[in-house]
Amino acid sequence: MSTEPNASIEAAQPKKAPAIRVVGVGGAGLNAVGHMMRAGLSGLSFAGAHSDARLLAQSTLPDQVLLGARLTRGLGAGGDPDIGRAAAEEDAERLRQLCGGCDLLVVVAGLGGGTGSGAGPVIAQLARESGALVLALVALPFDFESQRRQQQAQLALRHFKTASDAVICLPNQKVAQLMDENTALTDAFRITNDMLVQGVRGILHLVTREGLINVDFADLCRVVRGRQAESYFATAEARGESRARELLERLVSHPLLENGRLLSEADAVLVSLTGGPSLTLKEIRQVMEQINRACEGAQVVMGAAVDPALGDALTITLVATKRNPPEETREEAGSTSRMEFDNPASEYNAAKAESSHGSDRSSGERPASRFVPPAPDLSRERVEELLLKQGGGSPRQRKKAARMRQGILPLEVVPKGRFAKIEPTVHRGEDLDTPTYIRRCVALN
Amino acid sequence: MFDPSPSIIVGLEVGTSKVCAVVGEFSPGGVLSVIGLGQARSRGVRKGEIVDGTAVGEDIRTAIAEAEQMADAEIRSVFLGVSGAHIRGFNNRGRHSIVSADREICDDDVLDVVKNAKAINLPTDHHVIHVVRQHFLVDGQEDILNPVGMLGANLEVDVHVVHGITNRLQNPIRAVKSLQLEVEDIVFNGMASSLAVLSTGDKELGSLVIDLGAGVTEYVVYCDGIIKHTGALAVGGDHVTNDLAYGLKVSMGRAEDLKIAHGAAQVDETAKGRMVSFNNEHNLPERSINLEHLRRIMCVRMEEIFGIIAEEIGNTGLLDYLRAGIFLCGGGSRMPGVAKLAERIFGLPVSLASTKSVSGLVSTLAQPEFATAIGLVKFGSFQQDRQRNRGGLGFRLKRTIGQLLNRD
Repeated sequence: MSTEPNASIEAAQPKKAPAIRVVGVGGAGLNAVGHMMRAGLSGLSFAGAHSDARLLAQSTLPDQVLLGARLTRGLGAGGDPDIGRAAAEEDAERLRQLCGGCDLLVVVAGLGGGTGSGAGPVIAQLARESGALVLALVALPFDFESQRRQQQAQLALRHFKTASDAVICLPNQKVAQLMDENTALTDAFRITNDMLVQGVRGILHLVTREGLINVDFADLCRVVRGRQAESYFATAEARGESRARELLERLVSHPLLENGRLLSEADAVLVSLTGGPSLTLKEIRQVMEQINRACEGAQVVMGAAVDPALGDALTITLVATKRNPPEETREEAGSTSRMEFDNPASEYNAAKAESSHGSDRSSGERPASRFVPPAPDLSRERVEELLLKQGGGSPRQRKKAARMRQGILPLEVVPKGRFAKIEPTVHRGEDLDTPTYIRRCVALN
Repeated sequence: MFDPSPSIIVGLEVGTSKVCAVVGEFSPGGVLSVIGLGQARSRGVRKGEIVDGTAVGEDIRTAIAEAEQMADAEIRSVFLGVSGAHIRGFNNRGRHSIVSADREICDDDVLDVVKNAKAINLPTDHHVIHVVRQHFLVDGQEDILNPVGMLGANLEVDVHVVHGITNRLQNPIRAVKSLQLEVEDIVFNGMASSLAVLSTGDKELGSLVIDLGAGVTEYVVYCDGIIKHTGALAVGGDHVTNDLAYGLKVSMGRAEDLKIAHGAAQVDETAKGRMVSFNNEHNLPERSINLEHLRRIMCVRMEEIFGIIAEEIGNTGLLDYLRAGIFLCGGGSRMPGVAKLAERIFGLPVSLASTKSVSGLVSTLAQPEFATAIGLVKFGSFQQDRQRNRGGLGFRLKRTIGQLLNRD
């Protein structure tokens, strides 16, 4: 790194810092981004989008977009991602303005409900079209939340994977394992928000700060980019004598990395170590050796930086990406929603209404075993036509369709009849003794 | 007690909708045939487990008496079928080093390695029902069927273990013993059904047997001729009836009648808009219900049941090896359209099972509800064969039962 005496002017100029914007979509997203703003993250611009006018007004974010004002009249998506999506499409122009002009857009959303799951992917798609790198930071619902929310979350996750460059998941259930069960609910959500803040902060540092061994924006792009890639991140900190060893232990037993399993399955790993002025070569070597051993065969990108403010603490931020092979994406594409994957600037096709109902199964783990022909090539007009039709046509048609799709509100306790006094059959947190058609909200009219 | 080669084998199934006893015997040609059948409506069983002991005792007595009459023989001991949501199956591997100098594997080594495979850390309140040998491995070489006589340093065996909660397994045994009947052995219902309906060819190709009972749905996966996976899901025909009773606002008995008379596992175009009326006790028309609703409620519940099973078996990765497809037995398989629904969910060929290689009362054998009881008789016949081949004294070492009862 010594520059030659006749170095050209370009080498002496500092790098232009990438413009980073963080957008919170939906209630959980707004919450999290508000938290980030209050945590004092600098160098970023914040924005929020929601279909619920009241929540949007309550949040203190500088740039706000109310989605679907005509469609929902500011009352929210009601937990229905189709409404969330339609609302985002209605305000596509304003969203485009919101996302324009930035190099990295981080979309923060909680999946399972209406706005985050429905509007989030649309925003990611719009941002990608205007040339930004899109990183989605999504939270997955707890295990005790209903099956319907889980399914909607899984579907939304798939849409996010197509619509954005990288998806980082934060399963709430894993965070719950980090805490004692008797934690208050507000504390629990505060802790998940803290994790999201840490994630964003970690990525921000990776990207903006000059380190001794530098890792920059392009490295992040290279690691997390990839169709259908899934990324997980973890941060850990340790102090004291054997801080390198402690740090490694914490990392390996981190629930977000599923005790190190995700690390060994990763295809690419981005590591950023930051320490105080006392950071030694030995510590870096120890940590990196273990990480390299844990994720054999993965492409590892490492960065190290010194921050005097840290004192004698050593922190690590790690992003691990697993890229699913193309055959699996083809099988998923054939069995769930129509997705074009050959076209690099692919349209994120809205899923059919039926697939958000009970018949959808997340079959991501099953190995590809049957041939599914690739999706047909469609012209742009045809695609728009299909999108319009799937979006439900005019707003009035959409409203009617949305109203009919609302399920039965479980206001009365469902009597179990024969199984009233017997031990219930519980499967994945659902009581199978209650009638299935009620749990799946199948309307009988 | 001495029991020199009993001439009849009796299988007793204490189910949620019925208690049935099937009596079989070996004909002179060595073929197993069914000579008697007794059944009674079961009142004290829910989801495969006993909730009312006295009622169950009476029902068993009725069923056994009827079977005795038809078979014209006295029933002293039975093979008892057990089921329930608590029953689980998993695969385990046992290891054993060959110590003999010439490294030849003998029978004792085989017994030792199976014993090692049985030494599993089960929760203390669990009891092993079956240990089924899968394949042997000699020095890492897989798929050995009979290692006796081969040379090797390490012998391993894969076994499939089926286990359940001891107390819950004891309940039906106690009920049977209170009627002065001996329990020869306990058998998992799913395994009995699969013995009855699968031919050797089906087992080789790989197949899944789903027993759609009233209280419990059991499933067993065969692959390469051996059992690879078993399980029980406590959702069955009673749940469908319950759903209908709640959804159509009728009583349970009426719901059961409607389910049998008009139910189907799929909603097709012809059902839309049709109404079905039923009469009250004075034979005057009481109410009419929408046929589409009825079928839709049933369809959603059956989809869920198949969905859960498909997911569990999909997780084990065995779905791709079931070349012979899926066999449905049990009362639930009488539902019209259930095979098509299962085909849609599993993506595999589905057929309704029929009992194989057992002769006798033809009308019995043709009905899917009795697959389990007939399977119990078949299991009993295999046990007797094994006993005879061992050339033993005729002592029936009721080891399993003894262990169970000595736990008090």
